[in-house]
Amino acid sequence: MNLLITNARVVDPSQELDAKLDLLIEDGVIVKTDKRIKANVETIDAKGLIAVPGLIDLHTHLREPGQEHKETIATGTRAAVAGGYTAVCAMANTLPPNDERAVTEMIIAESRRNGACRVYPIGAVSKGLKGEALAELADLRTAGCVGVSDDGKPVWNAQLMRRALEYCTMLGIPVIAHEEDANLTDGGVMHEGYFSTLLGMGGIPAASEETLVARDVILARVTGAHVHIAHVSTAGAVDSVRSARAAGVHVTCEVTPHHIALGDESVQSFSTNLKMNPPLRSKEHREALLAGIADGTIDAIATDHAPHHFDEKNVEFDLAPFGVIGLESAFPICYEHLVRAKVIEIDRLIDLMSCGPARIFNLPGGTLRNGTPGDVTLLDLDAEVTFKAPFQSKASNSAFIGQTLRGRAVTTIVGGVIRYDIRRAKRKTNR
Amino acid sequence: MRASTSSLKSKDLLGIEALLPDEIELILDTAEGFKEVSERPVKKVPALRGQLVINLFMEASTRTRVSFEIAEKRLSADTLNFTASGSSVEKGETLIDTAENLVAMHPDMIVIRAKHPGAPKMLADRLPNVSIINAGDGSHEHPTQALLDAFTIRERLGRLAGVNVSIIGDIAHSRVVRSNIHLLTKMKANVTVAAPPTLIPAEIEKMGVRVVNRLDEAVEGADVIMMLRIQLERQGKLSFPSLREYYNTFGLTPERLARANSNAIIMHPGPMNRGVEIASDVADDPKRSVILEQVTNGVAVRMAVLYLLGGAHNVE
Repeated sequence: MNLLITNARVVDPSQELDAKLDLLIEDGVIVKTDKRIKANVETIDAKGLIAVPGLIDLHTHLREPGQEHKETIATGTRAAVAGGYTAVCAMANTLPPNDERAVTEMIIAESRRNGACRVYPIGAVSKGLKGEALAELADLRTAGCVGVSDDGKPVWNAQLMRRALEYCTMLGIPVIAHEEDANLTDGGVMHEGYFSTLLGMGGIPAASEETLVARDVILARVTGAHVHIAHVSTAGAVDSVRSARAAGVHVTCEVTPHHIALGDESVQSFSTNLKMNPPLRSKEHREALLAGIADGTIDAIATDHAPHHFDEKNVEFDLAPFGVIGLESAFPICYEHLVRAKVIEIDRLIDLMSCGPARIFNLPGGTLRNGTPGDVTLLDLDAEVTFKAPFQSKASNSAFIGQTLRGRAVTTIVGGVIRYDIRRAKRKTNR
Repeated sequence: MRASTSSLKSKDLLGIEALLPDEIELILDTAEGFKEVSERPVKKVPALRGQLVINLFMEASTRTRVSFEIAEKRLSADTLNFTASGSSVEKGETLIDTAENLVAMHPDMIVIRAKHPGAPKMLADRLPNVSIINAGDGSHEHPTQALLDAFTIRERLGRLAGVNVSIIGDIAHSRVVRSNIHLLTKMKANVTVAAPPTLIPAEIEKMGVRVVNRLDEAVEGADVIMMLRIQLERQGKLSFPSLREYYNTFGLTPERLARANSNAIIMHPGPMNRGVEIASDVADDPKRSVILEQVTNGVAVRMAVLYLLGGAHNVE
């Protein structure tokens, strides 16, 4: 619980801080940030490393309860800390779904027992994720849910969406929207465009996402509620968020690393690890995402970590479930495609992966200010990382298998406790 | 023009997209030689004797399956037909497991008809010791159909380069159209596709074709008119209002055909819906319709593909 980090380059966008400093954690709380701190506690020499507020993922599927063959709270949070995350938000589409307090409490209890990082449950918007009646949202909030979402599918009924937004203004939590018109998607499996035509696969048009984003920013405006658009993937969705925000609507949004890094042309391999929803989009959409990241329209990078069992993905592309894992690859991928590619600087990336998520969901962390939780990630921007199975995650459905990149988390500290350390991890594998 | 290559570079035929023009020439030239075999009193050559070819048909098919089987038999291969209905597939076995079990019995080639795009590639990637021939995968490719179409055009018109080919019908859901576009554009033919906008897939013009929404425009100046089957189950839903309206706007009738070039030929991959996409007078036109020649040529072209891939296999 007591830890001293010395010689680090501390990058904390929440304080506009970028300096060589020491950092002292006592009883799990950051108590001092200064040049040369002396303390008789466990010390990490972070020379050559960057110390940042622990990364926070707004969009993780931990699969427990109910689909433990894909992932568990224990394995999913191990993947999280290996990727530099100190907290993840657990999506509600478990079995049973997190639509009642008992499930929320189970998730929290299990993450305290076996979790490697903090877990913030997301509750369901509707009972059974059925899109018919509101779940007991106040009870879910009281039990610890930090937002509500029927993620995996949209809240199709506009009146239900409106009521959920209204109700959540009372609770002070966002409604997280998976934006997709199922009629426009029409069984599609990849982005609708040249490559879906070439491959003869059902296309998911950009309009499938954009029409619902347009609806929900209007509903956010009329209710005054906070809507958070999950995994934005199209140019039109970014435009809607940008103009709504300019008009004072409380709308925030996230993008995933895979939508930044990969395009629909890669689906020509027919690899089921490139099948996710929303699908990988075409160049003009990816460029719009980068522009949204550069101009601040996009608030957060979220993984949409969606583990599936090998057998489930080892089938024809049409038949495979949507989703890829992302916690262990998120930072290296974003560092490569955003910072090395000179879209943004490192401090803005840390804002997107830590401060921004904390700010928009009102979570602890996302800062290294004195008096905040001792959640710190040490990054080595030169260390190599290769994505290959086995992962810390129980699943290996990564879209990036075989890629080697530079820049990764080497130590992840949650509440002053070292939860991941690459040197220890290596010793363990060598044994 | 004779092909300047004597073998195919891949062990598999997954589509036309990856073929080189020379390889296409080679298959068509080889098919010319095999066409004569089917006209002999003894319609059999020993080219694939001792080789086992499995016809793995995950989706219903008559013409293609029969054509492959005849081609295999005329090459003296041992053949085995596996259809999804009544098999382990109905018990929930995955395609990969089914294929791996078949491969454990040492076939030399697997001809696969799949419901889903990419299934032949999935097998080819995982099964290094067997040749995979795509007999149609979803709406993706149907390479032997495009080859037999090209063979028929070449035989009738003497060339592929510069020929104006108009393909009319359900472009969106057709594997035949995709393979034909790849093949015809590689061989420098001019391709037009025509359908109501609801049956034209996104950005298909990037495949190098002209897109029109009027039948007359497609027929005007065409040397080859290829009609595609309209799947009856699509009527009255969202693709077009009714078969009646489809026939009135896109059905090929003798009057509409008058706009085509005088020596234009009519093709159809089958099965036809008479009175829906094509009038019987056109389909049965003894001078212009080559629909049954396509079927005859299909055997020769498939013999050529089997021979070239089987031959490559023998060398290993």
